[in-house]
This record gives sequence, C-alpha cells and structure tokens, in this order.
Amino acid sequence: MTSSIRTFATERAAPARAAPAPTPTLAIEGLTIEHAGRRGIACLVDRLTLEVRPGEIVGLIGESGSGKTMTALSVLGLLPRGVRVADGDIRLSERSLVRMSAADLRAIRGDRVAMIPQDALRALNPVLPIGEQVGEPQVIHRGSSWQAAKAKAVELLRGVHLRAPEQRAREYPHQFSGGMQQRAMIAMGLALEPELLVADEPTTALDATVQAQVLKLLREIRDTHGAAILFITHDLGIVAELCDRVYVIYAGAIVEQGAVEAVFTRPGHPYTQALLRATPTVRTVQTELVSIRGHIPSPLELPRGCRFADRCPHRFERCASEPPLLEVAAGHAARCWLLEPGHG
Amino acid sequence: MTDLAAPAGRPRGRFAGSRHGLLALGGVLVGGVVLAALFANWIAPYSPYELNVAAMLQGPSAAHWLGTDELGRDVLSRTIFAARISVEVALVAVGVGLLGGTVIGIVAAYFGGMLDMLLMRLMELLFSFPAILLAVILMASLGTSILNAMIAIGIIFIPGFSRLARAATQAVLRQQYVDAARTIGMSDARILGREILPNVVTPLLVEAAVAFAYAVLLESALSFLGLGAQPPEPSWGNMLNTGRGFMAQAPWLGIVPGMAMFLCVLGFNLLGDGLRDFFDPHLRD
Repeated sequence: MTSSIRTFATERAAPARAAPAPTPTLAIEGLTIEHAGRRGIACLVDRLTLEVRPGEIVGLIGESGSGKTMTALSVLGLLPRGVRVADGDIRLSERSLVRMSAADLRAIRGDRVAMIPQDALRALNPVLPIGEQVGEPQVIHRGSSWQAAKAKAVELLRGVHLRAPEQRAREYPHQFSGGMQQRAMIAMGLALEPELLVADEPTTALDATVQAQVLKLLREIRDTHGAAILFITHDLGIVAELCDRVYVIYAGAIVEQGAVEAVFTRPGHPYTQALLRATPTVRTVQTELVSIRGHIPSPLELPRGCRFADRCPHRFERCASEPPLLEVAAGHAARCWLLEPGHG
Repeated sequence: MTDLAAPAGRPRGRFAGSRHGLLALGGVLVGGVVLAALFANWIAPYSPYELNVAAMLQGPSAAHWLGTDELGRDVLSRTIFAARISVEVALVAVGVGLLGGTVIGIVAAYFGGMLDMLLMRLMELLFSFPAILLAVILMASLGTSILNAMIAIGIIFIPGFSRLARAATQAVLRQQYVDAARTIGMSDARILGREILPNVVTPLLVEAAVAFAYAVLLESALSFLGLGAQPPEPSWGNMLNTGRGFMAQAPWLGIVPGMAMFLCVLGFNLLGDGLRDFFDPHLRD
C-alpha cells in the first residue's frame, strides 16, 4: 500500500530544491512547551528540533493533540495563557524569538512571520471590508496611510488571483466564498513579504478542488517570493504534493524526519508506516479503512521509553527506553530502535 | 407553499409588519420631540417666560390651545420648550453613560483578572442603589443645576452599559479574528478599536435608545423634586409639580406635560425595541 503513496509522491512537479543555505529561516532547537494545569504539568512539545530553509516548504504532520499547533503558535509568540516555552530556542534568521520582548515580537508578527489560519472566514473581522483588512499590516508595520494600504491590498488580492480585485476589496468577508477568503488571508500574510509563512491546516475547511488551487498558490508564492513555509497538517496527501521535507510529530516529539520522497518510500518509524497504510487512496481499492489501534497518549502521562510503544506492532524489550533519532539514510532519520545498527 | 415556508411557532410576515410599524411609530414620536426641541423658538406661539396676569389659569382656547398656567404663561409653549431641556439632558446623560460604560466594560473584559474584578465590583456598588436615590445623592453632593443633573443621570447609566459592553466584548474575544489580529502584529489598543469596538457597538446603541427614555423620566423626576431644571426654566417635571397644586381648578396644567412625557418615553421605548428586533439576526427575515 505504500507503493501507491510512492507514486503519488514522485509524480508531483519536483520543485528546484534550494541548495542547503547556511542560515535557516526558522530554526527550532530542543523546544519544550509545557502547560501547568490543575492536574499537573503537561509536556505538550518535547525537545522538538526542526529547520525551515529559505524557499523551502516543510511539512509538520501529526494527529490532533500531537503538539503541532502549539509549535506553530510558539513561533509567533502567541501561546495561550498557562502554556509556556520551558526550554529550547526558536530562531528566525538567527534572532532568538524566545527571549524577545512582547513589543519586539509584535513588530515581527505580520511583518517577518505571517500565519495563514485554518478557517479563513472566522479569522476575518466580519464588520470591516476585505481591502482594509488585507492592507492593515502596511498601516501597522510601515505606518502607511489607509489610502495607500487599500491600494496595496488591491494589488495583493490580484496577486492571489482574485478576479475584479478593486471591487472585491470593498466587499465584506461573508460575501466571499471559502476559497476566496483563504486567498484573502494569504494575501494579508504576504503583505509585507515575510521570510516565513506558518500555515496551520489552511486547506482543511476547503473542498478538494479549491484546496488544490490554494496549494498551487502556496507553491507559486514560494517560487516567486522565496518565502519559507512551515506547513502544518494531518493530511499525508498534501505533504506528498506540496512539501520538500517533512517532520512527523507524535505526542509532542518528532518521530521521523527527512525529504518527502525518502520518508514516503521508506518510512522508518512504525507510526509513519501506519499513517501511510491508513491513508485511503484512489489507486488502492481498500475494502476496509485501516486505522491505528489505541490512542495518542495524554501529555500528562507520557509513557517511559518510546511514546508509540503501546500502539506499535513491532514492540520489543528495547522500547522501554526512549530511542534517539536514528539514521535511515542520509538526511532521513526516525526515532525507533528497529533502526539501530545490528538489529534484525 | 407559502403556509409551509414559515415554521410553526415562529410566525413571521404579519408580525414582522407590525414590528416595523411600532418601530415607525416610535420614530415618529421621537422625531416629533426632537423637532420640537430643535425648533422651539419657531414652533412655540408664545415665549415660555412671558407672564400675562390678565389670562391666568385659562382653559384651552383659540389663543392658548392648551390653556395658561397660574402666572398666565402659555402651557403649549412651555411644554415645547421643556422638550428642549429633556432632550438635552437625555442626550448628555446617555452620552456620559455610553462612553463611560463602554470604556469600562471593554477594558474590564479585554484585560480581565484583577482589573476586571475591581471594575465590575465598583459597577455593582453603583448598581445596588435605586436609580432615583442615587440621582438624589449625587445631586445633593454635586449641587443643584441642570448640568449636574445630566452628569448624575449619566453616572447612573454607566453600570448598565458597562455590563453590556463587557458581555459583548467577551463574546467577541472568543472569535478567531481577534487571534488572527494578533498574528499580524496588532497592538492591544488597535485590537480594541478595530476588532472589538465595531463588533460590540450595535447592542450598545440599541440600549442607548432605551436609556434615552429612562433619562427623560429621571430628569423629570429630578425637576419634579426641584433638583433639576430651576423655575422659571420650563421642564416637564417642574410643570407637573406645579400642575399638582391645581389639579382641581386647572387639570390641563398637569395633564399636558404628563402626556408629553408619556409620548416621549413611549416613543423612545418603541424605537429601542424596534431597533433591537431589527438588529437581531434571529428575527431578521
């Protein structure tokens, strides 16, 4: 069944892979995010390390509650109340965001880093015209006049292929279709040509054809603006189609990382293997939907050793201690003892 | 098909018409009062202060449509000029209440925590006094004048508006567009002004129309008690007080300002209710 994904992955238009740049746009190192609640301290993200280089689209894939959204929010310095970065560092072009003041972070948000949200309609203010909202980053970060900002907004809306942008800019969010709303949000995110776009499941609320258009737009943005994109999703198909590299997150920790082709053709971690098996495709007529038995462990009571052990079909004695990231091939690693040299 | 279109228990159509009819009636009444207030100098047949010893306590006649008072002044003219006082006081008082209450409510909800607790307890302290008693206390400490009456009535309105603003703000704060505003680097001040205020203003304006009616009543009550407009300045409240003494000989002295007050308050209430229904998305067709 992996073979069908493989064909899917290799079929996509292979983008010109950016040569390994000396400084990554986004570098997260050993990030640990905790939530102190009544039932104790929950570790939502555990020593997560990832890198997004300029012009690269990196997928962060995981199920609900795996910590992917917290990771995204931490990059913007917008973790909810009670949730904090306990350890590690987040660097945007070598500037650390973790110890930055609130005012400095605010200056970076919307300017150097932009977020594309999951549900565009709910992320747009219902009482303001689209043009004003798309142009607003200009006013906030560049001190431009409203008139100039609105003119720029029209340009930006044209840039995301919205028809009749002059007229559309004067309309309100509810007059837009779902795909148009998401285009407007992307236009707003691009307003100041940020180095990094963080897209948190931006296509989940859209139907399939519109989803494809939005993904095409994101690829185009990477090609024309050279922005780095951290793409958060639970959809393997999208990762295969869009991303250059992928990180698989499970219960707050990265369990596998590598180039998309490598991970999809030779998944090193049993969780990734199970995910690939569980993804229905057109090519494979599945008589039964495959699911991974069991549940993701609660961040309050993470198992000692491997987090996936309870659900893993290959569990053995070694899994009682936590595996490090072990190399599958060059640039491709998975957190599983099965990969230990000498095993099997 | 038409009888199937409207779900049972939610009658529309016929009632929607009467709802807008009441809104229109409210608009007409309020419009009349406001016009009287604005153009009193041109509409009123006599000066409200002009004494006429020859025509004291006369009943309605061709010369004096609504009769004259105990000093021979034209009751119609005084009633029209009194509308000006009422509208002025109500306007300023509602303005004070709306502004103060909105700022307090939005700030309390947005920043939360201790500040929210403190502000809301303070509002409850104000709320715990009966309105008229609080007005009298405030007037006693501020001194008797029409300006102080405006301020006193405004202060009475602050707690109500602040609670409404706070509740509306809390609802807006749960919306994703506020989070999205943070992701583009908006400051707190900008979020308050651009994201929250425009989304909470509708219920506050509706409440303002209803508060207007109440402000007119409170002003009349204060003037009735001699704490508001001072004679010879005409006010529905002090005219009513005068009329009280002549109820047997000259009932129009009390009935005319009373009716004016009644129609004015009715108008603002209908307008407020109508606006609330108009802006309520559940009732809108």
